[in-house]
Amino acid sequence: MSAEGVNNMRRRVLVAATSVIGAIGAGYALVPFVASMNPSARARAAGAPVEADVSKLEPGALLRVKWRGKPVWVVHRTPEMITALATNDPKLVDPQSAVESQQPAYCQNPTRSIKPEYLVAIGICTHLGCSPTYRPEFGPDDLGADWKGGFHCPCHGSRFDLAARVFKNVPAPTNLVIPKHTYLNATTILIGEDRGAA
Amino acid sequence: MSAEKTENLSWIDKRFPLTETWKGHLAEYYAPKNLNFWSFFGSLAILTLLIQIVTGIWLAMNYKPDAALAFASVEYIMRDVDWGWLIRYMHSTGASMFFIVIYLHMFRALLWGSYRKPRELLWIIGVIIYLAMMATAFFGYLLPWGQMSYWGAQVIVNLFAAVPVVGDDLSVWVRGDYVISDATLNRFFAFHFLLPFILAALVFIHIVALHHVGSNNPDGIEIKDGPKGNRWSPKAPADGIPFHPYYTVKDFMGVVVFLALFSLIMFYAPTMGGIFLEAPNFQPANPMLTPPHIAPVWYFTPYYAMLRAVPPMWGSQFPGVVVMFGAILIFFVLPWLDRSPVKSIRYKGPVFKVALAIFAVSFVVLAWLGMQPASDLSTLLSQIFTVLYFAFFLLMPIYSSLDKTKPVPERVTA
Repeated sequence: MSAEGVNNMRRRVLVAATSVIGAIGAGYALVPFVASMNPSARARAAGAPVEADVSKLEPGALLRVKWRGKPVWVVHRTPEMITALATNDPKLVDPQSAVESQQPAYCQNPTRSIKPEYLVAIGICTHLGCSPTYRPEFGPDDLGADWKGGFHCPCHGSRFDLAARVFKNVPAPTNLVIPKHTYLNATTILIGEDRGAA
Repeated sequence: MSAEKTENLSWIDKRFPLTETWKGHLAEYYAPKNLNFWSFFGSLAILTLLIQIVTGIWLAMNYKPDAALAFASVEYIMRDVDWGWLIRYMHSTGASMFFIVIYLHMFRALLWGSYRKPRELLWIIGVIIYLAMMATAFFGYLLPWGQMSYWGAQVIVNLFAAVPVVGDDLSVWVRGDYVISDATLNRFFAFHFLLPFILAALVFIHIVALHHVGSNNPDGIEIKDGPKGNRWSPKAPADGIPFHPYYTVKDFMGVVVFLALFSLIMFYAPTMGGIFLEAPNFQPANPMLTPPHIAPVWYFTPYYAMLRAVPPMWGSQFPGVVVMFGAILIFFVLPWLDRSPVKSIRYKGPVFKVALAIFAVSFVVLAWLGMQPASDLSTLLSQIFTVLYFAFFLLMPIYSSLDKTKPVPERVTA
């Protein structure tokens, strides 16, 4: 490497400069490969709101609606279910729905809904994304005498009450998400859009 | 005739090191003469990888990586494609058998101290192979597009969402959508097809490293450091015998037994009672409804149990994810955790033997717990065994250096 007449300094600078420029070029060449794995324009556009007709939903029953590929639940809560909600408060992580990202402002109330009798929630556990099972019965054997109806996640045992609020000491960290929604008329709910009103 | 053969061979040898490779890696690769049945699992792992690659390519000839067609195309393979059922069951049984073989191969390394100097890099390459295998298996499990495929992938991809700050974007990037969808299935198929060839390349590197340092043996004695000279060569280790024909024949015996077991499972119990192929996976994926009980396939359940064992902290699931991945990544540092003056379990003291037994039991119990529905008792047990699992590694520098060891003989024993 010490041949005569060789300017080693110049060689080193040229090698370093070529390597740096080459590495930057290789970095840019990665961009299309990384970016092509993001959701496509079609996937991004597939977020249109959906309508749910609740006129035939009996008290205590649950309706599943597909929105953005996810299950959205509409639960017709009975008066007993609504009164029982408050009794869960001491056992909940966030009884006042203080975490703002989990619901629109107009659902930041004790029932987490626009109308107390209808709960609209995204049925995806905030833990690892399973869809919890609807367990409306009071005090079943496997969930304990204190159970006032709610949702039980089969994957990791997280529990939510009938306002989709998470119980303490379960894997899920936050309440289930309440999507933007609005009533088009007394029995039709538009899920995914609230027209800026409530 | 033979002169002609030699001439042809020398024509090749001048252009490609055929004879040199044959001798260096088979006919004149000297392996310790005291290898027992534990040494079968290396060659069996290669065999299983080949079975998976061949059956996988044949399955790909009829499989459709499309959310609308995938489930039906698997049923089509099972019912309408001639011998399709057999190729599919070879592949599904092969996946589980691959993990059984690899777990035994890794346990062998723990018994013989095969991760110790000078085999640290050999061990590390092996852990990388294990990681690549798990990735391959994970991508592959989505492809049948059954309920367990779908919800298993949903849970695992959501692990990435638990990473602070970038988590949500990261999980969307992995899925290529906001939920597991056609885009996810299509890319998982591409990765599932690619990874086995990377695995094959890693196995090649693993063997290059092995043949450089030489095979370990049940005594954990370096035959290269011992006396020289055997029947075949004055320079070869005295305790070494040529890999071919001695171990090719011996491993062939292992292959026969292995394929007999493989066939019994494949023909008579391909689902293994819901362990190798889980019941919910015979229903098409339904993004609206999680099955009442979901669990990953058995080879992931020890880590899944650990994930479930860790409660959320600071409003985040991330600690559980860290524990789960930590349980795998900790294998990388194992060569530097063992401070025992001896390698093999034969000459280690009672403390190490008990620790290894506790570790093995913890792994099996965690695997079982990971298959069970979540309950207070199973969570508590998972927590206990997760601590024991990590204690094996984290306390090893202490107990392995304090432990009483037996004197190691100079030569390998029979």
